[in-house]
Amino acid sequence: MSGHSEVEVKKQVTLYLRVFFALMALTVVTVAISYVHMPILLGVAVALFIACIKASLVAAFFMHLSTEKKIIIFILILTVFFFAFLLATPSLHHT
Amino acid sequence: MSAEIHYISEPHPVSGVTNSKLGVWLFLASEVMLFGGLFSAYILLRTGVTDWPRGHEVLNVPLATLNTVILITSSVTMVMSWASLELKKFSKFRLYMTITILLAIAFLVVKGFEYAHKFDHHHFPSTSNFYAIYFVITGLHGLHVIGGIIVNAYLLLPGSKMWKTNPEQFTGRVEAAGLYWHFVDLVWIFLFPALYLL
Repeated sequence: MSGHSEVEVKKQVTLYLRVFFALMALTVVTVAISYVHMPILLGVAVALFIACIKASLVAAFFMHLSTEKKIIIFILILTVFFFAFLLATPSLHHT
Repeated sequence: MSAEIHYISEPHPVSGVTNSKLGVWLFLASEVMLFGGLFSAYILLRTGVTDWPRGHEVLNVPLATLNTVILITSSVTMVMSWASLELKKFSKFRLYMTITILLAIAFLVVKGFEYAHKFDHHHFPSTSNFYAIYFVITGLHGLHVIGGIIVNAYLLLPGSKMWKTNPEQFTGRVEAAGLYWHFVDLVWIFLFPALYLL
């Protein structure tokens, strides 16, 4: 990202502040929803869904992934694949 | 004999990114697997029993919410410190970096209160599987926060001399430290609902 013009960086700063407010709002939502009684599986799904949105916002904008080079994206796709496998291993055990 | 590392400030012609950025992202990929293993253990422990405690019944949700707000804010000040360097405003960089470090310390203080409260009630990692995984995951995350404070404090104080000799490399260092710091924030974004809210 280095070597960007002043105007571009200033635009980025506005974006960072918007992302900040979005993250705060989603934090309030996720805490509020946890007080609503619902089936545990639905609760897990909703909480994970909101966490994924927040994580995507952080990765895309604060970590500049939305404008990052292909090789970094490729490494992360590979990481997601192995991570998913790691998370799935407990359920593989049961079958 | 020179042991200079090349392509620190300009992109490598093959990868298209600086070697430093590639290195940090590979490190973060390994970090994903480290925390992933613990999350996997958490799922196994939790789905393997019928009476798992609900997070909000045994943990302090308001304090953890406060810590979520603190960490998200510190992520913003971190990215602002990098943006300040891009705008060649060194004094603003120092301001934002100082706030980032103070927020990180505040996070640890709040976490310390939480831990102290648990110990007062004789809740230790050996108490139950819930507390075992709770202390291991939040403890490892806390160590990462301490690591971030050390790196950021170096960049704020002795390391900032480089701004005068090699501003591009220094900006790259702050960006790399930022990537790590946002990752620490990212882990907490998943930790918070998993341990406290569900």
